[in-house]
Amino acid sequence: MIRPVVSSLLLIACAATAHAAPELVIVNFGGANGAAQRKAFYEPFERTSGAKVVAVEYNGEQARVKAMVEARKVTWDVVEVESPDLSRGCDEGLYERVDWSKLGGKAAYLPAAVHDCGVGAFMWSTVMAYDTSRFPGGGPKTWADFWDVKRFPGKRGLRKGARYALEFALLADGVKPADVYKVLATRDGADRAFRRLTELAPHLQWWEAGAQPVQWLVANDVAITSAYNGRIDAARREGRPLAVVWAGSLYDFDYWAVPKGSPNRDLALRYIATAGVPDHQAAFARLMPYGPTVPQAVARIDAETLKHLPSTPANMTDALKFDARFWADQGEVLEKRFAAWAAR
Amino acid sequence: MTPPAVDAPTLARAVRRERRRRTAGGLLLVAPLLVFLGLTLLLPIGTLLARAVHDPQVATALPATAQALDAWDRVAPLPDAARVALQRDLLAATDDARIGGVARRLNGDVPGARSLVMGTWRALHHDPAAAGFDPTAPRAAALEAFDARWADPAVWIAIARNAAAFNPDDLLAAVDLRRDAQGGIARVPADESAFGRILARTLGVSAAVTALCLLLGYPLAWWISTLPPQRAALAMIAVLLPFWTSVLVRAAAWVVLLQREGLVNQALIAAGVIAEPLALIFNRTGVVISMTHVLLPFMVLPLLAAMRAVPPTLMRAAVSLGSPPLQAFVRVWMPQTRAGVAAGVLLVFILALGYYVTPALLGGADDQMLSYYVARYANVEIDWGMACALAVVLLAATLVLYTLYRRVARDTVLGA
Amino acid sequence: MTDTAPLVRFVGVGKTFDGRAWAVRALDLDIRRGEFLTLLGPSGSGKSTTLAMLAGFETPSVGDILLDGVPITRTPPHRRDFGVVFQNYALFPHLDVAANVAYPLDVRGVARDAQRRQVDAALAMVQLDGLGARRVQQLSGGQQQRVALARALVFSPRMVLMDEPLGALDKQLREHMQIELKALHRQLGVTFVYVTHDQSEALTMSDRVAVFDAGRVQQVDRVDRLYEAPASRFVAGFVGDSTQIPGTVAARETTDPPGTLRLAVGGAAPTLRGVDAEALPVGSAAVGCIRPERIEVLTAAPADATDTLAARVVDRVYFGDHLRLRCALVGLPDAPVATVKRPLDHAAVANAGASVWLRFPPAHLRLHA
Repeated sequence: MIRPVVSSLLLIACAATAHAAPELVIVNFGGANGAAQRKAFYEPFERTSGAKVVAVEYNGEQARVKAMVEARKVTWDVVEVESPDLSRGCDEGLYERVDWSKLGGKAAYLPAAVHDCGVGAFMWSTVMAYDTSRFPGGGPKTWADFWDVKRFPGKRGLRKGARYALEFALLADGVKPADVYKVLATRDGADRAFRRLTELAPHLQWWEAGAQPVQWLVANDVAITSAYNGRIDAARREGRPLAVVWAGSLYDFDYWAVPKGSPNRDLALRYIATAGVPDHQAAFARLMPYGPTVPQAVARIDAETLKHLPSTPANMTDALKFDARFWADQGEVLEKRFAAWAAR
Repeated sequence: MTPPAVDAPTLARAVRRERRRRTAGGLLLVAPLLVFLGLTLLLPIGTLLARAVHDPQVATALPATAQALDAWDRVAPLPDAARVALQRDLLAATDDARIGGVARRLNGDVPGARSLVMGTWRALHHDPAAAGFDPTAPRAAALEAFDARWADPAVWIAIARNAAAFNPDDLLAAVDLRRDAQGGIARVPADESAFGRILARTLGVSAAVTALCLLLGYPLAWWISTLPPQRAALAMIAVLLPFWTSVLVRAAAWVVLLQREGLVNQALIAAGVIAEPLALIFNRTGVVISMTHVLLPFMVLPLLAAMRAVPPTLMRAAVSLGSPPLQAFVRVWMPQTRAGVAAGVLLVFILALGYYVTPALLGGADDQMLSYYVARYANVEIDWGMACALAVVLLAATLVLYTLYRRVARDTVLGA
Repeated sequence: MTDTAPLVRFVGVGKTFDGRAWAVRALDLDIRRGEFLTLLGPSGSGKSTTLAMLAGFETPSVGDILLDGVPITRTPPHRRDFGVVFQNYALFPHLDVAANVAYPLDVRGVARDAQRRQVDAALAMVQLDGLGARRVQQLSGGQQQRVALARALVFSPRMVLMDEPLGALDKQLREHMQIELKALHRQLGVTFVYVTHDQSEALTMSDRVAVFDAGRVQQVDRVDRLYEAPASRFVAGFVGDSTQIPGTVAARETTDPPGTLRLAVGGAAPTLRGVDAEALPVGSAAVGCIRPERIEVLTAAPADATDTLAARVVDRVYFGDHLRLRCALVGLPDAPVATVKRPLDHAAVANAGASVWLRFPPAHLRLHA
C-alpha cells in the first residue's frame, strides 16, 4: 500500500508550498496541445497572477471528475472538456455554472464558445487527410471520394465508434451538411449510414488514439483517413506531404470547465479569463492550428497560420458543426448499434 | 505410570478449550489479511454487483411521479395525475445533478429523453410562464404543449420501469435481453444485440491466446529448464522483457513490425513467400499476436516452476523400463507438468479476459473485448450501472469457466 | 562353459565429465551371472557413475562394456533390458501402484490380462498384494521402495541395478529390507548390482563387493575375504573397523609362515609381526591394520612380550552387544590410539586409566603401505 503513503506525503508537500504561492491544477489532453497551452496560456497566467499552474494530463475520462465531485474531494480546478462531455456533465452537475460577468460578458466570445458550464478554449476539426505523393493526379475532395476505393485505392482510416463515422457516411451518401443530424435522427437515416459503413468495411482501419491516423498515413498503412487537423498539421510541419480536405470536416470546441466544488473557483475563473485574451489565443493558434474562440484574436494571427485553422471562413464553407446535443440524446443507442454492427 | 484420575467429560472439555484457544490464535493471525481482503476484494465486488441492479436515481428524484405511475398498467391512457406529479417533482428538484442522472438513465431506454427531461426542467426553473407552465398549479396538458415528445408513452413507461430502485435492466442489456412494455423479458433486436457476441469473442480470443501461449511457452520453458542456472537466468530475462516496457510502447513496436509495410511483411515479400503484404495488424491476428507476446511470461513462469520440480530420475526410470526417450517424455515427464500447465492456462486465460488496451490499439472495430466496453461505459459514457452489469457478466462467465475447469483439471490431474 | 563366462565385462572403462578429472578410471570389472555384486565406496568414488554407465544413462569416455560378450557401450538404456531402482524410488506420481508396475509391460506391448497377472504376481512378491489401486503418494517410504522393486523386476530384466535404494529408509526398515532383498535375489536368481556407501549393507547382502575409491576399484572380492584380507589400507579402513599402527618394515621373518614381516613401531616398544599384504620391501614405511575384535587384552604384563604393546585405557564404551575400549599405546611416538572390542563378560575388562597390554596376533595384523 505504497500509494496512500506517497499521496499523503505529496499532500503534505503541497500543503507546505500552498502557502507560498497559490496553485491551480489544470487538466488537459497532453501532447503537443498541452505544450502549446503551457506556452500560450499557463505561462502568461503565472506571470500575471503569481499563481503556479500544475498541469495534469487525462484522456477525457469524465469518470474521474464524477468520482471527485461525488466524493466532494475536488483536486482538479480547470478541466479541458469536449463538448458532449460538457453538456452531459453540466446536466449531471459535474461542473460549476460560468459567471460570465467575470469574463467580460458572453459577447466577447463566439456564440458557440458560450456554454452554461464552460468557456470555449479553442476550435478544432476532424478532417479528411491523405498523402499527396500517393495521388499525383489529384487527391480526394469529398467523403464520396473517400468511399470510392476504385478511384482512390488503399485502406481508409476512421475513428472507432459511431461518432464522426456516421456523419461522414451520410455526407458520402449525398446528404447536405446542414441536414446530416436531421437525417441521422431518423431510423432510415441511421440505416443509411450503417449501410454505407458496411460497404466500406473491408477497407476500413479503425483508429483509437489521435496519433494513430497520422502514423498510418506516414507509414503508408492507409491511403486516406479522418484525423484531427492539429495532428496533421504537426506532421506537415515536419515536412510530410500531407494534405487536409476542409470540405465535409466536422468542427467542434473544447471548453474550459470548473469541476463543481473546486476550492479555487475564483482563481480558475481568472485563468479562464487569461486564456480568453486575444493575444494569448493568437499565440496558441500559432503553436497549434486550432481556431480562437474570441473573434478579436483573428486580426492578430498571420495569414499563413490562418490558412490552417478550422475557424478560417474559407475552411468553414462546407464544414459541419459537431452536434453535441444530438449525440447526448442518441449517443447511447447509436454507439451500441455500432458495437453490434462491428460484431456482426 | 497411571495418569491422574480425570473423568471423561472434564478431559473432553480441556481438549475443546485447547482447540478453541488455537483456533482463536489462528484467527487473530489472519485477521489483518481477512480485513484487507474484505476491503480490497469483497467490498468492491459487492459494490459492483449492487451497482449492476441497484439504481435509486429515478425513485428518489421523481417520488410523486413514481407513485402516480404505480397503478398505471402501461396500456391504458396515461393518468393526468402522473403528468401533474412529474411537474411537481421537477419543480421540487433544485439539484441539477439529480435530474441529470434521471435524464441519462431514461435516455438509455428512450433516445432523446435526456434533452426532453433537461429542457423541461430548465424551463420550469428559469421562465415557466413563457414555456406555458404554472408552477403553483401545474396543468396536465402543459407538458405536451411544451414538448410533444411527452405524448409518447415510451417515455412514461421508461419512468415507470426505472422507478424501482432495484431493476435488472442493465444486467439484461448486458446479455442482449430487455423488458418489454409489460415487463416480459425479450431479446433485443439483432441490430442492437452486441454483448453476447462480444462475450463470445472475448472468450474466443482469450482461448486462442491461451492455446498459443501454451504452444510457444511449453517448449520454451522446457528448454530453459534444461539450461545451467546462469544461462537460464539470462533466458528468463529475455522472457520477462515484455514486462519492462509499457503497454503503449509494446503496441507501437508491434505496429512497426506488423503494419502493411512493416518489417515482417517486407521480409516475407523479399523472401518471395508472399506477393502482397498480409493484413497482420488492426485485425484479430494482430490482437492475438500481441496479447500472446504480453502474456507469454505468465505461461512460462508456472510451467518452468513445475518443470524444475520434476525429479530428473523419472525420465531415467521411464527409459530404463523400456520407453524410448520421446515416449518417456510424453508418458511420464509431461504428466508431471500438468499442474504447471493448469496454472499457466488459468492465469493467461483470466488475464486475457481483462485485456482491452492492446486490442483497442492493435485490433479492428470487431476485435474489442468485453472489458473495453466496461471501460468505455465507466470512463466515457459514465454509465456505471451498465459498466457494472457488463463486469458482472464477465465475472459470472469467468466463474462458470473456472468451475468447469476445476472439474476437468481434477479429473485429469488426479484421475490419470 | 557359459556359466562361468561373466555376464558383464567392463574393459578399460573411463569416464570424465569435464575432460580433466576422471570420475572413473581404467575400470576392469566382471559381473558374474546371477551374483549379488555391490559397488561400495564413499561419495565421489565413482561407484554411481559406474552404475549409470552400466544402465546406459552415461556413456564411457573410453573403454567398452560387454554384455554376454557383445558391446553395449552405445546401446540406449531403453534397449538394455535392465531393471533400475533409484534412491528416491522414481515412481510415477500420476499413475497408481498397479499402473506403475505395469509400465514396463505396457511399453513392451504385453496384453492387458497378461499384464494384470504379472503385476499381481510382482506385487505379491514384494508383499503388496491388493494395494494396486493405491496412489503412490499414499504409501509409506518402504512400500514405495517395494513398488519400485516390483516395477524393476516385473519384466524379467537381464539384470537389476540398484542405486542406494534403501538410503532414505530408517535403520530398522533398512535392515529388514536388506534381508528381503537378499531373499528375493536367492529366489529369482537374477543378477543384482547394488550401489551403496554403507559397508554393513554391503557385507549383509552381497556375494561379492567391489570397493571404489577415487575413481578406481580397490578390491573385488567375497565379503569374508574383503573383511579378513583387505587388499589395501583404504579397504581395511573402509570395510569394517580397523585399528591402525604406523611403523617401518624392520625385517622379513624366515621362521614364521611365508610372508610374515616384522614391524618396528618406534621408540623402545617391541616389534610386531604381521602379514605382508602388499609385498613391502624391508625399510619401507608401513601401517599395521587389525580388526579390533582380534586384539587380545591382558591386564598384567605377559612373560612373553612378543607381539605385545603396553597401553593405557582412555575410555570404555558400552555398545550393548560388546564393549569397546580405546587404548593409548604408551611408549610409541604420538601414542596412537588402538580400538579394541571385547565381549561383555570378558574377564579382563579394565576401567579408564588402567594399564593394559595389547597382544596383536601375527596372523591378523596386516601390513599395508
